[in-house]
Amino acid sequence: MNKVFTKNQARKFYYSSAVFSFLVFFLLSFDSIYSLHERDNRENLTPLVAQGKIVWEENHCIGCHSLLGEGAYYAPELGNVYKRRGSEYTKAWIKMMPTNIPGRRKMPNFEFSKEELEALIAFLKWTSEINTARWPPTIEG
Amino acid sequence: MQYSSQAVAKPYFITAIALFAFQILFGLIIGLQYMLGDFLFPILPFGIAKIIHINLLIILILFGFMGASYYIVIEEAEQELHNPKLAIILFWIFLITSILSLLSYLFISYATLAKITGNYLQPTMGREFMEQPTIIKLSFVMVLGAFLYNIGMTIQKGRKTTINTILFTGLIGLTLLFLLTFYNSKNLVLDKFVWWWFVHLSFEALWLLIMVPLLAFVLLKLTNINREGIEKWLYLIIALVLLSGVISIGHHYFWIGAPEYWQWWGTIFSLIEPIPLLMITLFAFKILNSSRHQHPNKAARFWVLGTAVMAFLGAGVLGFLQSPAPLNYYTHGTQITVAHSHLAFYGTYVMIVLTMISYAMPLLQGRAANSKRSQKWEIWSFWLMNISMILMTLFIGAVGILQVYLQRFSETPLPFMMVQEKLIVFNWLREFTGVILLIGFVTYIISFFVAAKDMESIQKNS
Repeated sequence: MNKVFTKNQARKFYYSSAVFSFLVFFLLSFDSIYSLHERDNRENLTPLVAQGKIVWEENHCIGCHSLLGEGAYYAPELGNVYKRRGSEYTKAWIKMMPTNIPGRRKMPNFEFSKEELEALIAFLKWTSEINTARWPPTIEG
Repeated sequence: MQYSSQAVAKPYFITAIALFAFQILFGLIIGLQYMLGDFLFPILPFGIAKIIHINLLIILILFGFMGASYYIVIEEAEQELHNPKLAIILFWIFLITSILSLLSYLFISYATLAKITGNYLQPTMGREFMEQPTIIKLSFVMVLGAFLYNIGMTIQKGRKTTINTILFTGLIGLTLLFLLTFYNSKNLVLDKFVWWWFVHLSFEALWLLIMVPLLAFVLLKLTNINREGIEKWLYLIIALVLLSGVISIGHHYFWIGAPEYWQWWGTIFSLIEPIPLLMITLFAFKILNSSRHQHPNKAARFWVLGTAVMAFLGAGVLGFLQSPAPLNYYTHGTQITVAHSHLAFYGTYVMIVLTMISYAMPLLQGRAANSKRSQKWEIWSFWLMNISMILMTLFIGAVGILQVYLQRFSETPLPFMMVQEKLIVFNWLREFTGVILLIGFVTYIISFFVAAKDMESIQKNS
């Protein structure tokens, strides 16, 4: 193999792989970001939705739940929870936490203000309207 | 140890081991919470314990990478470290800020932590791997920057080797990608899109540019073989790492609102991803078997081969199995992801740190290898930890397959929590493997004490 493939050739292969890969990556990423508006329903991204995302982040919901399949897998998927449960049920559920069922996994009570809760629901509604290529496979997430 | 400044690596290695202990402990806690929902609630809810579990992982790998880099770069450059004092100062800054951040998760509610650290000014918190308050992120960047400077100056002054060049490229990549943790968009899709640049390009591409030269260095030292041969393989492997690992980011873009052409790019390039990892395994076996040189550190041999095999299984094979879009449609966001990430992180990054420690720690203490008795303990711990991690992955995988079936595949899909109740048996088995991992880790710690004791008695006799 020494004669067939030298270290210099290997190095050149490395450089060209790096250039090729990052070039394709940047081109595709650029195109994706440019065309994201076709799928992310940004026309509905109101200030309330943006505020809801902050509530989502600052209470670290992703530590137990998944959102569009990413995060933790201790508690249900919430990307489509708005479609699964609707806004009233979801709000009531968050407010009645933690459940008093012994042995059941517990969600803390985050003591959201009325405004924070509205924002969170708006964020979850907006998220459920992202075009995710028909994922998840069932409404159960 | 040939150069006195290599000693700066020692506190980094010791810290990495200590953090690993806590990572296992928190893993056991969140594992229990899967079955016993009330366990430690509300003192330590799952979400908080999970932040600590994965932050410990990242911090332990960073400590390991830094210690290993100091050790290797100095020896490869044949040059004392540019500024050993700086390396020690950085160690303390990094240790203190890390511990502060971990304690703050424990003792302050996350929302309060966000408020008092000014997250509203530039929201960066609350995303997986990016949970740290912005100020902690800033301190990490500062530490990484000064570390790069110290390493870079040393490389520049000394002998230029392929191992150093590739390692430095990987470290620059790690630092630059870390800067992405400051970016956040109010648009969740864009946020996720860029979040993956950090996560995927780190773990599946640029961190491998650190892991591979570390492995090559230890191989080189254990066998004494000709450098030329190793360097050619190195370039070939990292070429394939980048060729497959960069564009395969597409396998994370299938279902989060990105264009659907990623299903093709992601699937096709993911198919190549196991190849460089397989090559690492073949390369490690080939080199160790071809060399007649008998290095006294037998335990390090186990770790080198173990890292190669476990990285191939965890990152390569398990990643490969769930990357094709039609399969990923069902597995995305289930315990199957968890199974893959456990073996991938452990097999690729934790194990390379343990390999480096196994090789370098005896040398840092002034001996080529630990006593035979100590190595026996270490090899036992090697088998216990690796077998327990493989079993853990299999049990999590079983949970994942059942979850996919019950929740997504069967005629009557069941709700998440109802499915989880049916998986309790496998989750207990998974917890049990965690206990074996802990026993393996204790065995590992014992090997250090045995080594110290044997060294003492040798010194007494002479």
